[in-house]
Amino acid sequence: MKHEELDAALDSFGDALASATRVTPGNALRPEDIAVDGVAPSDEVAQYALTLGDDALILAQRLAHWISRAPELEEDVALGNIALDILGHARSFLTYAGLAWDKSEDDLAYWREEEEFTSLWIVEQPNGHFGVTIIRQLIVSIYQHLLYQKLVTSQDETLAAIAAKAVKEVDYHRDHAIQWTIRLGQGTDESAQKMRHALEILWPYVDEMFRDEPVHQNLESIAVLPSSLKDAWQEEISAVLAEAGLEIPATGQAMAFGRRGEHSEHLGYLLAEMQVLARKHPGASW
Amino acid sequence: MSQSNNWPLWEVFVRSSRGLSHVHAGSLHAPDEQMAVRNARDLYTRRNEGVSLWVVKSSDIISSDPDEKDSFFESPQGKDYRHATYYKASEGVKHL
Amino acid sequence: MAPTTPQEPGLSAVPSYEEEQSKARFDALIDQDSRVEPRDWMPEPYRKTLTRQVSQHAHSEIIGMQPEANWITRAPSLKRKSILMAKVQDEAGHGLYLYSAAETLGTSRDELNEQLLTGRAKYSSIFNYPARSWADMGAIGWLVDGAAIANQVPLCRASYGPYGRAMVRICKEESFHQRQGFEILLSLSRGTEAQKKMAQDAINRFYEPSLMMFGPPDDQSPNSQQSMAWNIKRFSNDELRQRFVGMIAEQVKVLGMTLPDPELHYDEEKKQWIHKDLNWDEFMAVIKGNGPVNSQRLERRREAHREGAWVREAASAYAAKQAQSEVA
Repeated sequence: MKHEELDAALDSFGDALASATRVTPGNALRPEDIAVDGVAPSDEVAQYALTLGDDALILAQRLAHWISRAPELEEDVALGNIALDILGHARSFLTYAGLAWDKSEDDLAYWREEEEFTSLWIVEQPNGHFGVTIIRQLIVSIYQHLLYQKLVTSQDETLAAIAAKAVKEVDYHRDHAIQWTIRLGQGTDESAQKMRHALEILWPYVDEMFRDEPVHQNLESIAVLPSSLKDAWQEEISAVLAEAGLEIPATGQAMAFGRRGEHSEHLGYLLAEMQVLARKHPGASW
Repeated sequence: MSQSNNWPLWEVFVRSSRGLSHVHAGSLHAPDEQMAVRNARDLYTRRNEGVSLWVVKSSDIISSDPDEKDSFFESPQGKDYRHATYYKASEGVKHL
Repeated sequence: MAPTTPQEPGLSAVPSYEEEQSKARFDALIDQDSRVEPRDWMPEPYRKTLTRQVSQHAHSEIIGMQPEANWITRAPSLKRKSILMAKVQDEAGHGLYLYSAAETLGTSRDELNEQLLTGRAKYSSIFNYPARSWADMGAIGWLVDGAAIANQVPLCRASYGPYGRAMVRICKEESFHQRQGFEILLSLSRGTEAQKKMAQDAINRFYEPSLMMFGPPDDQSPNSQQSMAWNIKRFSNDELRQRFVGMIAEQVKVLGMTLPDPELHYDEEKKQWIHKDLNWDEFMAVIKGNGPVNSQRLERRREAHREGAWVREAASAYAAKQAQSEVA
């Protein structure tokens, strides 16, 4: 290879097709599009979008921690993909919500206090071992899949558009969780035992997912009523657990009110880590 | 410390758009075919490069040995009449 | 004409007719700057050198995930968080492409992994430095990935097919890595005093190690000549280092920052960049395992491997059960 060829190659290097995140063809909605073109929602719709954004943000934050720590490199890539998808959903929902209050996605992510976050308790639970993460994924992604399937028909166009992209991605997350649940449930005695343990520690946070709050009840045809998802969710997860040789554990349900800003002890630590750098430099751009 | 986990090796073939053929993109380890095709999707189509993916267990691929080149690939040699460029008299004739 | 292939200890003293034919075919491939493919005959030293080079590159990608993964959960904006996650994920993918290429040479992923975890394998020593601040994400993208790119682009024409093809794929993805690093620094350089200081500090720490990524000076690199004869190395260490220094000397001006090298200048007579003497003693110490975070980097891999053993075993057990029930 000649020197001139190397020079030319290095010069044109920057022109090579590059994309920071996976780009879906067609009219995929991006957070940047919403920020620029989006029509500000009402305060109530914004509150609803905030709950969806917070769930996604906290879950993405948890999943991101697996990158460089997964059981196999192929899983670093898989979990990384999933985390990126979910972070994308968070950014879209938060950007949309923020339009109502003249706040950016970052204002909401980095400058709210713990009691202002409206996320569910289940997404803030620690990753634990891989089985715990997979069960959390199973529970949440089946839920989100059902939720976004309905949200696609929302009368709010932006919510519907966000859901249209999200539902396809979450379908994949659900599939990933199902594949692993079956393999780990049926694999070895050790893996089955670890999965039973995972179910026991996460099941107490299931009921909260289906509780209707005023924000849901006041937004008929716009918001998805969480309680309307319960039967389908129950049916789906029972089938998967049965195939995996696992049972629904007999646990109590936590008195969890994340939607009202009342969180478990985990969120404080998670937010401290997430927000520390941004808060050290108030007003700075990155 | 490091145990073999017996995840077999799979070769991945990607067809990037309709009308083309599948091209060998590389390999990965996965415990079974369902996980293999999913891992292939994560690894090889992050930038929208894939319309169709094939995964094949590496041990299932039969290949010809380059050292056998001579006899295995001898037959096409010298049979130029199989190529259009052999037929000079038709050069310049429209639509041929 | 073909560069004469030096003495290969892998061959018997009196080569057979087949061996001589194979050697001639191999030499011809190299001579024509053509591709050697997995099933082709190749001299054992070529196979060994390639396996070492490709696997070292793979290990570097995997270990290189760590300094950056370190800042994902603390990224100061959601956009930066996304970009950083995508980058680190790419690096896992690059490691996988390269392990895949190395496996075609006859060493399994398990063996390569074992070599890394037991500390027997080398990887790019720059990753044995800690990522101390957010600005390090910028410096690593700009300087470390920049150096890697300068190394990698020529390798797209490496003689070994699977390696060259993996490198083409990697190079395509790598272009955004360097850009995002530069843009992080650009943002910082236009920000608050604290941000500017953060950026300059990171550049100060990564400048010299990034120059040393190209390896020791040519006159101290015995392996280079052979690798160049085999078309698995296209330019010498010093040649690549020169090119890289020239590029960053210009780019740093756009940042309004300085490189920590008062001696750096272009000598018109010698037609080369003169830079400070590099600290090769430190380089050797770090390579040998005595850098700041060598043991942390390896321990993270060991831990992931150890903690994940039950998962891998379960997946294998399930696959075996499925196979059995299919036969039944």
